[in-house]
Parts: sequence; C-alpha cells; structure tokens
Amino acid sequence: MSDTDHTPAIHDIGGIQRFHCTPVEHDEEPPDAFGKRVDALRQTLARKGYMTVDELRRGIESIPEAEYFALTYYERWLRSIELLMLEKGVVSREELK
Amino acid sequence: MSNPARAESIAQLERLVAALLAKGVVSEAELAAQQASTDRASPETGARMVARAWLDPEWRAMMLKNGTAAAEAMGVSMAGAPPLGVLEDTAKRHHVIVCTLCSCYPRAVLGYPPHWYKSFSYRSRVVREPRAVMAEWGSPVADDVELRVVDSTADYRWMVLPLRPAGTEGWTEDQLAALVTRDVLVGVALPKLPA
Repeated sequence: MSDTDHTPAIHDIGGIQRFHCTPVEHDEEPPDAFGKRVDALRQTLARKGYMTVDELRRGIESIPEAEYFALTYYERWLRSIELLMLEKGVVSREELK
Repeated sequence: MSNPARAESIAQLERLVAALLAKGVVSEAELAAQQASTDRASPETGARMVARAWLDPEWRAMMLKNGTAAAEAMGVSMAGAPPLGVLEDTAKRHHVIVCTLCSCYPRAVLGYPPHWYKSFSYRSRVVREPRAVMAEWGSPVADDVELRVVDSTADYRWMVLPLRPAGTEGWTEDQLAALVTRDVLVGVALPKLPA
C-alpha cells in the first residue's frame, strides 16, 4: 500500500448520486473457486479471532481508487486479508515471497 | 460484473494460504469444512422459515422475536454469526435490505450474496429510489405502502417476512415455500403466484 495515496474509492455509498442512472444488473453468477476459497479463508480467520469484518472493510476501503475499480470483489478481499495479516504480524513479507 | 480472477491473484492467494498453513494459523481441513458449510447455506432455509410463519402463528411470533433462534431451529448453526433479525411486512409497510457499507448479508439463511447485492448501483440506488429499483425488477410497490430500507451490518443481519399472497389459502408449506425466492427474502421482489 502506498503511503501517499489514501483516497478511499468507496466508503458509505448509500444514496450517493454517482451510480444513479446505473441499472442494477441481475448478475447471478455464483463465486468461482478463487472467490469461494478467499471467502472460506476470511471466515476461518475471523472465527479464530485473527480478524473482524470491520477490519476487512477498512482494508478494502484503503485500496487506492485506481486499483480498486480494476479488482474483482474477492480480489479486494484478498488484498485486505493479506494487508491485515502483515499488519498484525501473523505473516511477514518474506514468508509471502 | 463478475470477472474471473487473474492468475496473479490466484498465485497471491496460494502464497498467503501456504504461509498461514506453515505457521499453523489455519489448516486445509478447516478451509474445506468452512467452504462446505457456506456452500450448504441456501435461500431454501429462509423460504422454509417464511412459509412456516405464514402457517403457524406461534412460529411466526418466535421468529420475529428471535431470528437467530428460528434459524437454529431449522438446523442452521449460527455460532459466530451476527444476530439475525426478521422484518415483518404489513399491508401498509414493505421492507428491503441493503448493505450500504459493503456486502453484509444473512448468509446463514440465504447463502452467498449475489453479485447485484454487492454492486455499487444497488447499494446506492436502493436507498435513494427503492420504488424505482423494485419496479425495474418487476415488483412495483403501491404508493400507499410505506417502503422501509434497512441496512444490514457487520453486527446485525436482516431478512424480510413478506405478506402471504392472496389466493394461497389451503396451500401446503412446500407450495408456499416455493413462492419465497432469495429476492423476496431480501425484499427487492414480492412473492408472486405462478402464472
């Protein structure tokens, strides 16, 4: 994460006008194998006390806007989970190489 | 829209999982069990809860008082999940749920949230113009019915108990449950009789 760009791309978007006139698409595709594995990892880490949903969201919202919109939903989750595990010292940068 | 994950993201995930496995933070067995449990959760549970509420006043009262206990009575484990609340529709009030902050959803009784529930357009628009969103999706709400939009959060999840449609007198629980789709449980659609 950059130390200079903390522009939150998306925080509380209830009611904001930016997406008005955008139809809500019936996108019903279930999560793919990658998404399901990220989802299971997040839930397992939460159940074992390594992270909370609020921390997950803070990590997601800290992704700079230019990257945020290029990532899929579960790619954002993964970025946040990795950030949290590094911040908390659960894993180190070296161990992720 | 849903796009496939990039190869680099899949590699990033596997590096993180490998590091967590090596340190004993999680195990593959735990991840597999967690995924199997999430895969099992489905809107059929929520639909069954609603159908029973339409038939059994005692169950209905219990479910409105304590949605978590009602889900557990359906055989769903709510351990570690946020409390579940049930929003009771009346002839004069309909409820719709949204998570304006991200994608909090009553997963235990509905399964994975669909993409549209997580979309920027649903989250922003359903707060400002819920009637328009519902009309676009084929469930216009009468002007004299109050429409209440309720935020689902990290600490509290909601599902909707809609009105039982007219013309279903004498129907069985199975027949009624078939009317209760996931969209009905979110409140973005109203139960409809088969044409």
